[in-house]
Amino acid sequence: MPGDLKDGRIVIVGASLAGLRAAEALREEGFTGSLTVVGDEPHPPYDRPPLSKQVLLGRAAADTTGLPMRQDPDADWRLGVRATGVDPLAKQVLLEDGESLPYDRLLIATGTRARPWPNPEEAALEGVFTLRTREDAGGLAQRLAAGPERVLVIGGGFTGSEIASACRERGLEVTVAERGPAPLVGALGGTLSKLAAVMQRNHGVDLRTGVTVTALRGNGSFTGAELSDGSRVDADVCVVALGAVRNVEWLAESGLAAGPRGIACDAGCRAFNMYGIVTDDVFVAGDVSRFPHPLFGYQMLSLEHWGNAVEQAEVAAHNMVNPGPLQRPHLAIPSFWSTQFGLNIKSVGVPTYSDHVVIAQGSLEARRLAMVYGYKGRVTAAVTVDMAKSLDYYRHLIETAAPFPPPPGAADRAIAADVPIPSDVPDPKGLSHGPTVALTGYLPDRRLTLVQPG
Amino acid sequence: MDSDTLLARITDYANRPDPYPLYAELREAGPAVRQADGSYLIGTYHEIVALLHDPRMSADPRSRTAPAPYEVTRKPPFLRLDDPEHHRLRNSAMRPFGPPHSPGRVDSMRGEIVQLTKELAEVFQEGRQIDVVDDFAYPLPVTVICRLLGIPDKDEQLFQDWTDTLVASADIGPEGDTAERDRAGGQAQEEMGRYLLQLAELRRGRPTGDMLSDLVNEPDPAVRLSEEDLAANTILLFIAGHETTVNLIANGVLTLLRRPDQLDRLREDPGLLPRAVEELLRYEPPVHMRERVPLVDIDVAGTTIPAGTSVILALASGSRDPMRFSEPDRFDPTRPDNQHVGFGSGIHLCFGAPLARIEAEAALGALIPHLGTAHLVQDPPPYRQNAMLRGPRHLPIQL
Repeated sequence: MPGDLKDGRIVIVGASLAGLRAAEALREEGFTGSLTVVGDEPHPPYDRPPLSKQVLLGRAAADTTGLPMRQDPDADWRLGVRATGVDPLAKQVLLEDGESLPYDRLLIATGTRARPWPNPEEAALEGVFTLRTREDAGGLAQRLAAGPERVLVIGGGFTGSEIASACRERGLEVTVAERGPAPLVGALGGTLSKLAAVMQRNHGVDLRTGVTVTALRGNGSFTGAELSDGSRVDADVCVVALGAVRNVEWLAESGLAAGPRGIACDAGCRAFNMYGIVTDDVFVAGDVSRFPHPLFGYQMLSLEHWGNAVEQAEVAAHNMVNPGPLQRPHLAIPSFWSTQFGLNIKSVGVPTYSDHVVIAQGSLEARRLAMVYGYKGRVTAAVTVDMAKSLDYYRHLIETAAPFPPPPGAADRAIAADVPIPSDVPDPKGLSHGPTVALTGYLPDRRLTLVQPG
Repeated sequence: MDSDTLLARITDYANRPDPYPLYAELREAGPAVRQADGSYLIGTYHEIVALLHDPRMSADPRSRTAPAPYEVTRKPPFLRLDDPEHHRLRNSAMRPFGPPHSPGRVDSMRGEIVQLTKELAEVFQEGRQIDVVDDFAYPLPVTVICRLLGIPDKDEQLFQDWTDTLVASADIGPEGDTAERDRAGGQAQEEMGRYLLQLAELRRGRPTGDMLSDLVNEPDPAVRLSEEDLAANTILLFIAGHETTVNLIANGVLTLLRRPDQLDRLREDPGLLPRAVEELLRYEPPVHMRERVPLVDIDVAGTTIPAGTSVILALASGSRDPMRFSEPDRFDPTRPDNQHVGFGSGIHLCFGAPLARIEAEAALGALIPHLGTAHLVQDPPPYRQNAMLRGPRHLPIQL
């Protein structure tokens, strides 16, 4: 009976962006039953993008990024308590305080946490930070405001680059150590990462690429680090920006398809169990999920994007309270943005799902451009630098699986517009951090071949 | 009727009071409707938005090759230039106007604008007959843009004459010989540019807090405007900064007097005003059409439009496309998801939109309390000649 879906008990585990938006959407969809939201952080839902930007610049306090509620979802908020497991047969979420919460339908939106420095003793040195939570950002902002001699950022992904940008804007000396050939290479590929490297160096960043940090040094407090090329960086603050770890460990005994790359679900946000059978009462949304996308070969996508958390939460909520034939797929085109070193970078599609790129508008020299990515003759992504108004055009090309390279003739076309070059997306193994879009099946040019006899 | 004469019929002055049935005919015949003169007319929302974002569509009239290009001798202002030149000039003009370099400029004028609307609304006394255009809708934005740019009040009339000439010369429509109109436009452009450069020169080294001062005293040589560009862009800012707002306000009053229920609703709930302004921009927008020219042959919903052809995007038609908006011909200030194209879209998205919104909100906010018993003396009112920038020339009402 469809009517029943609007009633009953729904538990959402995860009280960040996806959890909040799902709770709101459930009410907007007419859910009248009991709604419980569990979050291990003590705070009501807050926004994370400002933490690596405005907060580090001292323009906003870390505790002022609370997410506005569109409407009060009338939920029982269980904040500051960790979920420790799911009993799928008894349909209960187990909490660390020993309580268990019965549910009719469950939404998992536990997101990710910062990947810690692998050596716990070194990680515990005073002055060593990661950046994921409000507390992380508040502590780091305070240290930056105190004017350290030098900041070492380990990892040149988006978070690491934004931190380096904030440091330079504050006039602080900063070193970025990246294992790959350039910053942002994992997310944007080789060509744009060259621009990122130039921007960092032009802004006075001491950028070290092709190196790893082998040890953090200090006696109680961090004093410096040793690099794989034998050099040493003296610094009094270290930010470990090695990407994210998906919060799935609590599901180890749940029988769900949960692993290091997230929880697998179908396009309707319904979780798979460990046998690949879709569940009908467990849903997944946000950074912790991995889902198939038809525009990218039905590969499982794992996204750490603000927009994905919102869109997927709304689809999950809709599908939790509507019967099968009325359910919707989550087919949004991935998109994200970043601001760093005075540049506005926006992306649509999946840049890592590519074999070639063209600079369709503008140029690297002008630091204003639109780069279009293609895979096997089809447009699969676009990234603009200070050219965000062009993004909708490229989004449309991706949505319609337009041929790659895109049609020429842009008024501000680059000289190289018609000459695709390899997109140069590296193997994630060679990066300090993961790309923000992970194809958790296979990379396009590393497709496994099934050899069948006969 | 023939759809290849739609543009001629839309621009025909007889249809100025109500072009909307013609837009419906256009959408029916569309999406890309070839006109007898070789140009194409586009009236459907999704195609318009796609073309506004398409980097292969030029805003520069000099990109026209077919049919016969009309004479464009002067370098156009950035509104009719393409990137990267458009971006350079728009950016330079934007620096003293909005974020990131001047984030508070427009908002800081709000108090002054509200004060101005109050003063202008004093003529709205019960029993009087007034002309909403001449007595209110025109003086408000002209005074605002003069103060913003730094033009002395005493020279307003000069600017009004130049503006009328320039706007007439920028009209579109298949009519006869435009040589005289073009000549007069050129002369007005030159005189107005010379005046503005002289005014700017007075501010060099002696800034007076206005945009002209900021433009001429720009410290960064990389973004400082040449004299030619300074003249062209300040003329554009002056004209675009008020010409459209006049129509937005007059169209707003006209719409509300035709819909007393909505007028009552706004009087009771002034908090709805910002959304009512958005709905006006959809329902009775000041800008009805914009021209673009494809730089290569492009495909629009199965029709190939050859490079160099004039393409007229009927924005006002797009904002009433039933494929995009439910009940598009209904004026509804509470309409959800009101993504109209009243300010255009893409790289030429209206630069002055934040100012226009403040002016329209302040103007309607000041007038609504006076319109309780008002009625239109003439419906439809006499319209201005221009089909692209559409609005009443006069709007006589009895209070």
